[in-house]
Amino acid sequence: MSRARKWLSNAGVLLALIAGLVVWVMLPWYTVLALVVFLALWLALTRSGRLTLEAARIGISSLPQRWGASSVIVVGIAGVVGVLVAMLAMGAGFESTLKQTGNDSTAIILRGGSQAETNSVITRDQVPLVSALAGIARGADGRPAVSPELSQVVNMVTRADHTDANAQLRGVGEAAFALRPQVKITEGRRFESGKRELIIGQGARKQYVDQQFNDLKPGTQIELANQVWTVVGFFASGDSHDSELWADAETLASTYRRTAYQSITVKLDGKDGFNKLKASMAADPRLKLDVDTTRHYYAKQSENLSRFLRVLGIVIGAIMAVGAVFGALNTMYAAVAGRAREIATMRAIGFRGLPVVVAVMLETMLLALIGGLIGGLIAWLVFNGYSVSTLGNNFSQVMFQFKVSPDLLWNGIKWALGIGLVGGLFPALRAARLPVTEALRAA
Amino acid sequence: MKYLHLIWAALFRSKTRTFLTLLSVVTAFLLFGMLDSVRVAFNTSANVAGTNRLITTSKLSITSSLPYRLQSQIESVPGVKKASYATWFGGIYQDPKNFFPNFAVGPGYMELYPEYVVPPEQLKAFYATQDGAIVGEALASKHGWKIGDTIPLQATIFPTKGSNNWNFKLVAIYRVNDNKRKGEENSLMFNWKYFDEANDYIKGQVHWYVIDVANADQSNQVAQAIDKLSDNSDHETKTQTEAAFNQAFFKQIGDIGMIVTSIMGAVFFTLLLLTGNTMAQAVRERIPELAVLKTIGFTNRSVLWLVLAEATLLVVLGGLIGLGLAALIMPGVSSASRGLIQLPSVPAATWGLGLALMLIIGVVVGLLPALRAMRLNIVDALAGR
Repeated sequence: MSRARKWLSNAGVLLALIAGLVVWVMLPWYTVLALVVFLALWLALTRSGRLTLEAARIGISSLPQRWGASSVIVVGIAGVVGVLVAMLAMGAGFESTLKQTGNDSTAIILRGGSQAETNSVITRDQVPLVSALAGIARGADGRPAVSPELSQVVNMVTRADHTDANAQLRGVGEAAFALRPQVKITEGRRFESGKRELIIGQGARKQYVDQQFNDLKPGTQIELANQVWTVVGFFASGDSHDSELWADAETLASTYRRTAYQSITVKLDGKDGFNKLKASMAADPRLKLDVDTTRHYYAKQSENLSRFLRVLGIVIGAIMAVGAVFGALNTMYAAVAGRAREIATMRAIGFRGLPVVVAVMLETMLLALIGGLIGGLIAWLVFNGYSVSTLGNNFSQVMFQFKVSPDLLWNGIKWALGIGLVGGLFPALRAARLPVTEALRAA
Repeated sequence: MKYLHLIWAALFRSKTRTFLTLLSVVTAFLLFGMLDSVRVAFNTSANVAGTNRLITTSKLSITSSLPYRLQSQIESVPGVKKASYATWFGGIYQDPKNFFPNFAVGPGYMELYPEYVVPPEQLKAFYATQDGAIVGEALASKHGWKIGDTIPLQATIFPTKGSNNWNFKLVAIYRVNDNKRKGEENSLMFNWKYFDEANDYIKGQVHWYVIDVANADQSNQVAQAIDKLSDNSDHETKTQTEAAFNQAFFKQIGDIGMIVTSIMGAVFFTLLLLTGNTMAQAVRERIPELAVLKTIGFTNRSVLWLVLAEATLLVVLGGLIGLGLAALIMPGVSSASRGLIQLPSVPAATWGLGLALMLIIGVVVGLLPALRAMRLNIVDALAGR
């Protein structure tokens, strides 16, 4: 009967703990700092705090003797934190690549209802109409800063296994470079208009090879649409354009017999430009187009996949964390059982319940912290900057890199401490509840 | 087997510890079940598809279209039994989040997929109704559609008479009997002829051809013959088996395999450590008992087996519960992923691999403690040395 009650009360504590953990993982750093300061003050200034420190010192100094069992906690938690941080870093990397592509000072115009450039059609006669709208800034030459662009999905040979992958070939004019100052030629030169010449983003350069499986370099010839194209240069932009191939819009249009554009990117005139552009576009019944700031457009594109990766990371992390909690519980129960006599002796000579509880928990949290640091470090060493590619919204490959930010590492540490908290609490309570006389007589 | 009660008793000597270890094994195999199901789904979606079907797409890129007139040429290639075609429509139902594949199909398209079961009168109605649509059962039940309903789709590529609003009349529902392929019940198809007439942009264009080959062994020759039809034209084609086509497509979504394998590696390393530690502990505590067993006549070998069996039993028990839980959870995950993962359950391949892993892990974690138990010296053990 009392056994059942003990199980029930333990289950109740467990539920409260889970709720507490969710709150803990979401706590901002300053609250955590405040908690740590509070704990440190209590340890240093009060009598029971000092007793706790003493008790913890005894436990921690005997850690090396129990290193085998304790390393279970460290490795288990390192595994959880490593996996969690890596998964979240993948989502964060994808999100940041796409977010960097857009900004608030340019807007992208697509056919009404289109979600992405591949689906969009903008006829040639609409381009001058768009150029005449209000809210568009003027370039250095006094003409509206408008870049009508073609977007064609082409098959490129991947470096990894020489299979075809969908690459985005963007047809642009001079204006595209003026509108995207982040695009810099790193090697070679720009394409000349009217010639079948390509410039290639640094991400695409890493991912693809030519049809004879050679590295891409200036002068490489690639066959697209039965025509030979010459690679004349490479560019870097630090965003999703890095995964693209660029060519002259007119040449691309004639090669692929394309009469229409896919998108128009424009520079907005001041803060109010977007609203003015939107209003004047809505006022013209000939234009059934959608306009969006590039920031919003690219952020929206990353939304689904990065949310998916984030949810996946947290679900997997949570399941693993549960496993690690059981491991930690096991280890600490064993540790408490192994030190039953020692703990009983401490209590016999005057250590009260609270210092014993906190001491056991401090010990577990220390192990958890070490595990969290190791896991985070491994994730950072292995995955930071690791490039992967996936199919983006435009049905073409987008390269991005895992991004292990300090933010994510901090999150990982918080998870580790949370696991340590749960894993240490029950054994600590048990240590405090051990009947002193029985424990002294035992073993 | 006659020692089962003994093993069982040893296992539950310390209930809390066994329970906690069991739970960590359960979580590990729960995770394994889910991740491996995804991996299997990504790898075998290619294998379950028909081997005697070919897919012809544009060689330029998957988004380029092909002329509709190729149909009759393809059908006249020797070795081709039937051929039909489809055009990607990409409409949206209410909200982009409701994404499901929808495309216009030519006559005879459904017949190329005998595994899609449609009541004959419904199929007839589909071909007879100009704006008729056919959907999979899973999709219909998800949105509560019944035969006779009108399904409005918002076009993302092809407007009709200047507007993006298309309406289709639901006249047929197909079913896929194979449980592994229930995910394919998530498409909507409608008549290509209607699409061709009603859309404002393209006429006589299709995105892919599906070809039924009379003899699967000849797939390669037939594929080459089809590609030869459009050699050096402006619409060169690329023909491959349906399996190869799917595989190439899934590959592009990213290196799922690498990520899943590394996660699984981390999980199992942790699991091995946890369970191994518990077993070592359990044996340490029971040294006097094991010594008693040996005293009353158990051989070294049978003590070894007892401990090994105990470890394996624990892992298998936890593993089975974990995989069972994964099987229960998978449908929920599939629906929450909004079509990214289509898994009705844990596939047999995962169960098989899981069982093998349970046995291996059981033996690996049990081996050291078991050897220790085997080598126990009775006198020392009883004396507590």
